[in-house]
Amino acid sequence: MIEGAVTVRHKESVSLQDIPCLPFHTFQAALSTGLAAGLFLAALPKLYGRTGKKEVLAVLRHDQRRRLYLLRTEMPQQWRSLAKEFPQVASFERELAEESGCTLQGHPQPSPLRYLPQTGTATDDVGRYIGSHDFLRAEGEEMHEVAVGPVHAGIIEPGHFRFLCYGEMVFHLEISLGFQHRGIEAALRGRVPDRRMLMLMETLSGDTTIGHSLAHCQALEALAGITVPDRAMDIRAIALELERIANHVGDLGAMAMDVGYAPTASFCGRLRGAFLNITAMLCGNRYGRGIVLPGGVGHDLDDERIGTMVDQIKTHFADVTEAATLLWNTPSVMARFEETGTLTRKQAKDLGLVGPAARACGKEMDNRVDFPTGSYRRHRLPVSVWFTGDVYGRALVRWLEIKRSVAFVLARLQDLPTWEEQTPFCRLPADQCIVSLVEGWRGSICHVVVTGNDGEIGAYKVVDPSVHNWPGLALAVRGEGIMDFPICNKSFNLSYCGHDL
Amino acid sequence: MSLTAVILSLLLSPLLLSVINRSKALLAGRRGAPMLQPYFDLVRLLKKGVVYSNVSAGLVQLAPVCNLAALMLCTLLVPLGPLPALIHFQGDFILLAYLMGLGRFVTMLGALDTGSSFEGMGASREAFFAALAEPAFFLAMAGLAKMTGSQSLTGMLQTISMDHWQHNAPSLLLILVALFLVFLAENARIPVDDPTTHLELTMIHEVMILDHSGPDLAMIEYGVALKIWLMAAIAASILVPSGTNPLWLALFLVLMAVIGVLVGLVESSMARLRLIRVPQLLIGAGVFAGLALFLEFVQ
Repeated sequence: MIEGAVTVRHKESVSLQDIPCLPFHTFQAALSTGLAAGLFLAALPKLYGRTGKKEVLAVLRHDQRRRLYLLRTEMPQQWRSLAKEFPQVASFERELAEESGCTLQGHPQPSPLRYLPQTGTATDDVGRYIGSHDFLRAEGEEMHEVAVGPVHAGIIEPGHFRFLCYGEMVFHLEISLGFQHRGIEAALRGRVPDRRMLMLMETLSGDTTIGHSLAHCQALEALAGITVPDRAMDIRAIALELERIANHVGDLGAMAMDVGYAPTASFCGRLRGAFLNITAMLCGNRYGRGIVLPGGVGHDLDDERIGTMVDQIKTHFADVTEAATLLWNTPSVMARFEETGTLTRKQAKDLGLVGPAARACGKEMDNRVDFPTGSYRRHRLPVSVWFTGDVYGRALVRWLEIKRSVAFVLARLQDLPTWEEQTPFCRLPADQCIVSLVEGWRGSICHVVVTGNDGEIGAYKVVDPSVHNWPGLALAVRGEGIMDFPICNKSFNLSYCGHDL
Repeated sequence: MSLTAVILSLLLSPLLLSVINRSKALLAGRRGAPMLQPYFDLVRLLKKGVVYSNVSAGLVQLAPVCNLAALMLCTLLVPLGPLPALIHFQGDFILLAYLMGLGRFVTMLGALDTGSSFEGMGASREAFFAALAEPAFFLAMAGLAKMTGSQSLTGMLQTISMDHWQHNAPSLLLILVALFLVFLAENARIPVDDPTTHLELTMIHEVMILDHSGPDLAMIEYGVALKIWLMAAIAASILVPSGTNPLWLALFLVLMAVIGVLVGLVESSMARLRLIRVPQLLIGAGVFAGLALFLEFVQ
């Protein structure tokens, strides 16, 4: 228990007034105590107080006790950084400094996370733009810099990577993002949840449509006190797992592609599409738009469609098994995967990694087990963990999750409860605060919603797993050949727009 | 008669690329591009304009022309199975190796001239691996020269007969393996390089030509096709008996296609090597060729 913190369960709403506003030094002491005790910082959102006071909320999670600790303080002019002691807060502090204009003291990398532009300009409010800060430099014989992006050769999102190389070896990688910033969080403030808000959530990060819309709807339902029927919960879980399967299958193929292994690359490219098509049978959209609504799901399933889905999943899963087996049984692929981009368990914990990247290092963390909701409360999924922390580990964890998700989806499809009427969504209560966690395919998705005094959105914070994991990628490529960066990058497969919001 | 080899090389070389691509496509369960696609690509590129960086010193414009010129000269030196080369003299394989070296050298200069960090990296890799591939190639040639008693490519490749296969089979096989490995490295194929990747950081050859466009790129692509063709032709010629029988020419062309399929098979069945493992592969090729030479001396 942390002094000054309010303890809540997952999806338990708490009145903002009940969270004591601590003096900054007390807040930091409490935060340090929590982080030193091994807690995980899930979010550090800035609150937009009614009185114009700038406040900060810290959300710490205790996975073993399944509790969340909330800490609140007034935003200081100078923020004394904890990033050197606890690297996992680094990105959050950079974001906070950028959003609130406070200065960071003692931060190892104080440049803004995204460079929030003013409306209609490419610069932020003090004239900075992405890449305008001084990148780290190293000098000497055979030292050279390689700048990659923001325009890339493949059809991917924009991001700038600056490598400091000694010959072929990477000394350091600095990642500069923000090109995809759309101002989603700002667009949500002051609005009442509606269909348009849901669409923003669905397009937050296109490949995590279901994950983010589910986190959003969970938060709204918990705030409004709506109970979702079991059948709708199961359909949501099926959708979430299908999203995981499709993306993991695609990732296995993309990783094979990056080491130049054509068979798995070709098979998985097709199979990813096959699983997206199965998602489309749920709701008519391959990425799962329109399936999760506040209060339930947009579409029910009939027996005929369930039968077709089960058949197709079985057929395609057999093909995925074949493609994955090829991958594990090809020595030249394993030679590239093993001991490439290795992170230790301690590094994963210190950096606060989430999802398959963390589980590949042996960090057992899975919101479906740690903070289960809906179907996951009734049906426990095993956590897929591996211990090597390298590209192979991240690939293997994905494969284990595919297998377990397929089994889960098949079981849920064949055992759906009967349909019950869904409660339509109404108004949100005033001045409440809630944290909603979902295990997306990339890792932990966290939405923090604070309502204003009319039940409108007062502050909305989205923490995509990519925010946690980008620093992990930078650390993983240290000491590796620069030629291995693409395969390391693909093994993390992080979102740019989910990070930039 | 002698010009036939040159004309065949110039006309048919892009087709070998097609064979590789088609076999890769079929193995991946795709239908694949039309067999004439490399020709279509060349025509398409020739019709386009060229963009030059305004920081380059002009070498980037010179590189494709010089490279292609060097490789076209190579077609004069390489016999195609039963067809002798237009020019042959003692030690012409040294000229061949360094004409190819010249083409590579100007390509690297052109790459460095663009000032891009990617291209400098590619040039550095290319220089390193080429330096390792060269001794393997020369050792293989020396083995052939010792075996046949001839010092010209045409002489060596056309002297090899069933008799040699009966008495020198181990050396010939070792030389073929060494030449195939050198072939894969020199032509930027898997497991050394991946010609289809879009990831600049992993490229070797492709990254050096990122800044070339239009007809310049066409020249480079045609040069790539010529180089593959010529190096495959050397290997295939070892296997084809000499003589004027037109059947042997047909056999030669079939063998060229087989090499294409073989490359496709290799590319469809394994991943690329880690960059630091490539020298081991090339040194391995050198060891094979050296062993062949040693066997020839002790026999």
